[in-house]
Amino acid sequence: MLGTRLIKWPLVQHIYFDHNATTPLDPEVFQTVVACLDQSYGNASSIHFFGQLAKQRLEAARRQLAALIHAAPPQIVFTGGGTESDNLAVLGVARAASGHRHVITTAIEHPAVLSACAQLEREGVAVTRLRVGAAGVVDPDHVRAAISSATVLISVMHANNELGTVQPIAEIARIAREAGVPLHVDGVQALGKIPVDIAALGVDLYSMSAHKLYAPKGVGALYVRKGVHLKPLTFGGHHERDRRPGTENVPGIAGFGAAAEIAAERLQFEATRIAALRDRLEASILARIPGTGVNGAASPRTPNTTNIYFDGVDGEALVIALDLRGFAVSTGSACSSGAVTPSHVLTAIGLSAQRARASIRFSLGTSNTTEQIDALVTAIEASVAHLRRISVHA
Amino acid sequence: MPDRPIAVAMSGGVDSSTVAALLVRQGQSVVGLTMQLWNQRRLPELSSDSPSRSGRCCSLDDVYDARRVAEQIGIPYYVVNFEEQFEERVVRPFVAEYLAGRTPVPCTLCNNDIKFDRFLELADSVGAERIATGHYARIGYCEASGRYQLRRAVDSAKDQTYFLFGLTQPQLARTLFPLGELTKPQVRELACSLDLPVAAKNDSQEICFVPNGDYAGFLLAYLKEAGAALPPNYGEIVSENGTTLGQHQGVHHFTVGQRRGLGIATGEPLYVIATDARSQRVVVGGNDALLRDRFFAASVNWISIEPHSQPVRAQVKIRNKHLAAPAWIYPSPSLDRAEVVFDEPQRAVTPGQGAVFYQDDLVLGGGWIE
Repeated sequence: MLGTRLIKWPLVQHIYFDHNATTPLDPEVFQTVVACLDQSYGNASSIHFFGQLAKQRLEAARRQLAALIHAAPPQIVFTGGGTESDNLAVLGVARAASGHRHVITTAIEHPAVLSACAQLEREGVAVTRLRVGAAGVVDPDHVRAAISSATVLISVMHANNELGTVQPIAEIARIAREAGVPLHVDGVQALGKIPVDIAALGVDLYSMSAHKLYAPKGVGALYVRKGVHLKPLTFGGHHERDRRPGTENVPGIAGFGAAAEIAAERLQFEATRIAALRDRLEASILARIPGTGVNGAASPRTPNTTNIYFDGVDGEALVIALDLRGFAVSTGSACSSGAVTPSHVLTAIGLSAQRARASIRFSLGTSNTTEQIDALVTAIEASVAHLRRISVHA
Repeated sequence: MPDRPIAVAMSGGVDSSTVAALLVRQGQSVVGLTMQLWNQRRLPELSSDSPSRSGRCCSLDDVYDARRVAEQIGIPYYVVNFEEQFEERVVRPFVAEYLAGRTPVPCTLCNNDIKFDRFLELADSVGAERIATGHYARIGYCEASGRYQLRRAVDSAKDQTYFLFGLTQPQLARTLFPLGELTKPQVRELACSLDLPVAAKNDSQEICFVPNGDYAGFLLAYLKEAGAALPPNYGEIVSENGTTLGQHQGVHHFTVGQRRGLGIATGEPLYVIATDARSQRVVVGGNDALLRDRFFAASVNWISIEPHSQPVRAQVKIRNKHLAAPAWIYPSPSLDRAEVVFDEPQRAVTPGQGAVFYQDDLVLGGGWIE
């Protein structure tokens, strides 16, 4: 089939600014995964040499990830990804409770949490979805006010995937602890971008994903504080302390562990470097292109993320135009066909449908450089000018 | 981009896939775009076990096919969401027309407002000068009049000009119909020789968002989803002189010329000759009562000739499967309305359908039957 390929894409170099969607594999992580695939092929549950080797890899990764978030290794459950971790936490805790049940979450959560909550509603659980203000941050007082005697779980994300806004988790955790309600935090977009200290935050469950951390897809983890009751979602063997059955994906998990170790070493340095790039990107766009602004700028944000509106421009068209110039950025969330639907997050922070449609997310990562940022800004300037010119005639 | 690309509207079918592959073979820079028009997961009661779910527009399978073709021929490819515009410009008018007792042609509305207007805007946004589609039709340019002309496709069985009568000069100036000179078997052969994975795929037949051609079922499901009032489900079937012959379950189940579904046993076959949404009456009569020799066309669009007030000699087609019949067209002074007078009366002139004016293979223009 490849032989019939007639011409390739226009010959441009493609540069990646979509690290909140996924990240490229770190070369060290790649080596770890390949070595593990090649040599540590045993089943981590087996008694023999090969099984022990795999088990060692598995437990080393658990220690590496636990170290990154300042948790005890036995409290880490490896899963098949961030979505599974969120589902295990939300469904697992709510289903372990009995009687009249109530769950509190926010309007800006990832679909992995929102859809799990919708499933709980179908199972008879009451769900409160807290609104957020224009800042894209949930008010801890609203959490306090929403708690009732029936509340069995609070689920709030650490950093928002579209805006990068960081939620006041420590404060919410205090409120949850006072009320005796377990707190789940979707940390998928925070891990590796900002320091995560489970003990200091005081959360009960924390979701993580490997592929947002320069490790492979299909691997995730859930921190579960000791003493939290969790009903499993799937049934099988006794893996992961009876919380997640199925033969462990040892190469993927080993990659996750390696990535966690790298992140622990580089986070401080990289966060500062990437924040400077992000600020340069924001400042250049706002200075050079009229009719632009940053969504959720008033709040503390992850250093790599900015969400910018370009008035009078269709975000989807801008993403395509930039892709054709060799710059990968994103808008909203893609549905199964690949078409874009208006973002529930941007609508939730009070953006008009029009401005939500005119917004683009840039999420930077380790490979990005100042030169790339400057090239991106030049391309945006040209594309936005072109799109605004033609929409005058339309 | 180095040179200005051509934007190809790709549906995942054999026609538009062949267009994209042909242009690439000619050395053109091509961008493939699929317009996501309708979410097939909506109105699930209609499509639960429909075998034709794939092959309808915008199904995931079709997007998958289009993506595969784009990958094989090595072009950038994007799916763009036009669901809101499609619903506003095509689906809602379609429903309103049916409720008003007319028989709409959503494909023409879609061509005018979405597949050309919106798609040209999309082409602009990716820096494309021209667009190409898999329609079977031809475009020419007349030096003398300075007008772009629309002509029937070489393959008369596949000719789609009936659905293209709303095209404007600026649209035609930027559009390529690479299949207009080819027959469908030639296109399939070409798709085979280009090794396209969709070469043997079935043609789509029905209106893309209406499963199995069940308009009434779609109408009810759509209105129910919108929480809108459902149309009356009772009315009388009457003869031309007003005698009540039976009952029916709502005029939206009927279209002019229809014979089946009346539930009346009589000696001679009876046909619907008119429907009236206000009184919910369906008037039936014999075949002769269906014959009419004249009608008015509204919103007339002149394509291949300059609009003018002189009577025009043409062959007029009043539905897609109709054999164009000789007629005189008398434009109204405002030029956007015209009376069509056939030489011989024609069967089932149906309000809401398009009337397209031809001179042999030249499409002069067309309008909507009042």
